[in-house]
Amino acid sequence: MAIFSKDDAQAILKKVLSYSTADACTVGLSGRTAGNIRYARNSVSTAGAQDSVSLTVESSFGKRSGIATCNEFDDATLRRCVQRAEEIAHLAPESPEYMPPLEPQTYLSPPSSATTPLTPAGRAQAAADSMALCAAKNLAAAGFLDGGTRFTALRNSKGLEAYQQSTNTDFSVTVRTPDGRGSGYAIADVTDVAKLNTKALTQRAADKATGSLGAKAIEPGKYTVILEPAALMAGDDLSLLGGLMYSMGAREADEGRSFLTKKGGGNRKGEKLFDERINIYSDPMNAEVPGQAFDGDGLPTQRMSWVEKGVVKNLYYSRFWAQKNNVVPNAFPSGFIMAGGTQSTAELIKGTAKGILVTRLWYIREVDPQTLLYTGLTRDGTFYIENGAIKFPIKNLRFNESPIIMLNNIEAIGRPVRLAGCLVPPLKIRDFTFTSLSDAI
Amino acid sequence: MNRRDFVGLTGLGATALLLPSLPGFGAKLVDPSRLLEPGADTILKKRLADAALNAAKSAGASYADVRIGRSLNQYVFAREKQVQNIVSTESYGVGIRVLVNGCWGFASTSVVTEASLAATARLAAEIAKADAKVQKEPVQLAAQQGYGEVTWKTPIQQSAFEVPVKQKADLLLAANAAAMDAGANYINSALFQVNEQKYFASTDGSYIDQDVHRLWPTFSVTAVDTKSGKFRSREALSAPVGLGYEYLTPSATEQVRGPQGTDTVGYKLRYDILADAALAGKQAKAKLGMKSVTPGKYDLVLDPGHLGLTIHESVGHPTELDRVLGYEANYAGTSFATLEWKAKGLPYGSKEVNIVADKLQTGSVGNVGYDDEGVKTKEWDIIKAGKLVDYQKIRDQAHIVGQKASDGCCYAQSWEDVQFQRMANISLKPGPTPLSVDEMVSKVDKGIYIAGAGSFSIDQQRFNFQFGGQLFFAIEKGKITEPLEDVAYQSNTQEFWGACQGSCDQRDYRLFGTFFDGKGQPAQVSSVSHGSATTRFNGVNVINTARKV
Repeated sequence: MAIFSKDDAQAILKKVLSYSTADACTVGLSGRTAGNIRYARNSVSTAGAQDSVSLTVESSFGKRSGIATCNEFDDATLRRCVQRAEEIAHLAPESPEYMPPLEPQTYLSPPSSATTPLTPAGRAQAAADSMALCAAKNLAAAGFLDGGTRFTALRNSKGLEAYQQSTNTDFSVTVRTPDGRGSGYAIADVTDVAKLNTKALTQRAADKATGSLGAKAIEPGKYTVILEPAALMAGDDLSLLGGLMYSMGAREADEGRSFLTKKGGGNRKGEKLFDERINIYSDPMNAEVPGQAFDGDGLPTQRMSWVEKGVVKNLYYSRFWAQKNNVVPNAFPSGFIMAGGTQSTAELIKGTAKGILVTRLWYIREVDPQTLLYTGLTRDGTFYIENGAIKFPIKNLRFNESPIIMLNNIEAIGRPVRLAGCLVPPLKIRDFTFTSLSDAI
Repeated sequence: MNRRDFVGLTGLGATALLLPSLPGFGAKLVDPSRLLEPGADTILKKRLADAALNAAKSAGASYADVRIGRSLNQYVFAREKQVQNIVSTESYGVGIRVLVNGCWGFASTSVVTEASLAATARLAAEIAKADAKVQKEPVQLAAQQGYGEVTWKTPIQQSAFEVPVKQKADLLLAANAAAMDAGANYINSALFQVNEQKYFASTDGSYIDQDVHRLWPTFSVTAVDTKSGKFRSREALSAPVGLGYEYLTPSATEQVRGPQGTDTVGYKLRYDILADAALAGKQAKAKLGMKSVTPGKYDLVLDPGHLGLTIHESVGHPTELDRVLGYEANYAGTSFATLEWKAKGLPYGSKEVNIVADKLQTGSVGNVGYDDEGVKTKEWDIIKAGKLVDYQKIRDQAHIVGQKASDGCCYAQSWEDVQFQRMANISLKPGPTPLSVDEMVSKVDKGIYIAGAGSFSIDQQRFNFQFGGQLFFAIEKGKITEPLEDVAYQSNTQEFWGACQGSCDQRDYRLFGTFFDGKGQPAQVSSVSHGSATTRFNGVNVINTARKV
């Protein structure tokens, strides 16, 4: 039983704190009950389950800290874990960036799903639905479904107390034609598993796979593109929008090693760096993407605007850097929301005279942290658009582009959808830079 | 330290191929002294393994294997004048894999008792029976001889865990000071130490006890020009190695100088972190004023510390048979080098290209005596004189390519993960005739010398790629003329290897490597090395990556 109730979790944490002899002590308890199934070539390749819970003890004497963990909860083990954290603290060097535990905080209560995750049989059925659809069409499906429930609880020697539980299920599928000349992709993540339809998602991927047969080569260059949400955000790799948001740290900017560094010193908070239609914020209370209510220190999250009308409104301040600069610290959010309009991807296509539809991007890597230049490739469904309709599939392309430039070249913003714990809209962007062609399918 | 800080700190954005998870970070944090305690003895491990194997056979398994694993890790992190974190972890448990009704089943447990292992074996058998109902093709397992009771240990001179933590932290702080004294504004340094104690037993009759050690000292140095707002970095030119702490003992005979005028130094099996940090501080500062490259076609002279990553991406991954067959289609991708492609006898590269796979090379991070399904490791040819002659495969794949044995490249990142096919060390053989780097450069009319690994990206079938680097130098009429920046090259795998003009000789041969090669869902990481000597490629497309924002 890896999911402890709030009362059970706090009872353990109180007991652990009672064993502490340190100047300060923070204890955390987290666990996950989850399962997965993986398939390829229309056959299951692996399936697994995870049921884990772990206690973390951080003890401090002055500015010396030690951390220890355990995953058994009898009194003797808990005592040993506290002793070990204290032993390590005595061995550790003093940290000039040590921050004492927080005082008690007030937290929001993000909405949580009432449904329970899929059972092993449910996961097998969801995968079977996907495989059967492809087998019937003489297509090959490769997919992965992973989901479960997790909880996190915190308590410290200053009386701080926190607890949160959440559920989530991720699914993705790649469908390929038997001759290897067509490939399509679909992805979704949900908090309510009742909203997951692997058959419909597989159908979308299958349509892209058959639609991408006979791809034509076009010249690399600058094109208007429609980037579907999966091309902007990915849960298992670097992404264009994720990379941008992870680069908004105040410390890096103030130290002179970020795209947000200001010439002559300081950072660019308050400057308009993007198109005025760009609004990016985080909100743990959003019903579609409920967020984590607190970070690892117990700092509360709250609705926070990061980019507003193209202006950088806030940077991420750790507690240490905030104290050093006499500002209020902010917890890094578990997800973010990019505001958009009402148009679907299909409607964005209808309004496009000439352009390229991109399903997914792959192997994105930072080329230059100064300009946030990224490179990567299109994958699993790339199509040429003419006069408001998909005209023909095209070969994949390598891009070299910066999200800073990209978010200045906005033509239209579609309706946001949930992906990787974020809300991301499809974007129509002019002058997106492709630098070479790929034969990959 | 959170994951984001960790990634930035270690420069993993530039060296990890994918970073799905951080092994060790999920393990139990322990007192450093715990890392020196011996684990369970082989008598006990054999008894435990037999309990699992017998339970598996009773549950209907036609084959079963047991991995009793103890992973010890220590990571030391420092920035500028302070130690940021010291993390010591231990993870102990057992993974059991069974073959029932022609289907694999796997389960793991951290409760290491005979009763628990027997129960876990039965659970693995239950999973296999359930999955067999939706299995299309039954697993065909290549025969494997049992080796009886055997042992293997990484040939180290000194375990990094025996070195006091303070000594290791002081070394990083000294490296940081060397970089700062040389002109750097910031430096993050790290020392990764890994010990995998692996006991493998199978129904084939093998009881294999292995003690595997790996080490990786690394840093990232940054220089800042506050006035212009410009900043530039230089990463360490070390390699992750399958060696002990002796790797950090400098030795002049293990250093290789780059061509004249470049002020670059490469390292073989001994690394001088203080000298490299000082040079990095100087070079990061110099990068603030370098000339931006003019795009075009250049002859590239690629240092082994750079070329290793290109080998990894353009030869290592496309020759993994599971990718060729489609098992990674939803994540890491497939391969252009399909069975049909190979059958046509199409050239992978020029006749100068000879690439071997191996798990035997001393100093490499992929060096083990036996893989994670009980196969003794070996060296075998992948590309001979430019032609693809073989793939990398494991026991349940050999029959697909008409072979009778595994290549011994099965691996799981820990006891709690299922083992599957991972990349062996994939290395380019050095040139057969004496050739120094200076001599190679002297014959280049218009080229660029590149040292160190930088940005990297390749498509999901391994055709089109783009690579950056750490240090770039223009070559004109046989001479190094000036350092450059904003350099990246793009090519197609076959075109690139077809443009290979040959390598320097064995004297220049060195290893590149990574601790964090990612693959699979749920994703796992593995460690792998790539050896080569400095090698020339003609007429490669170089782009200028400078942009204005």
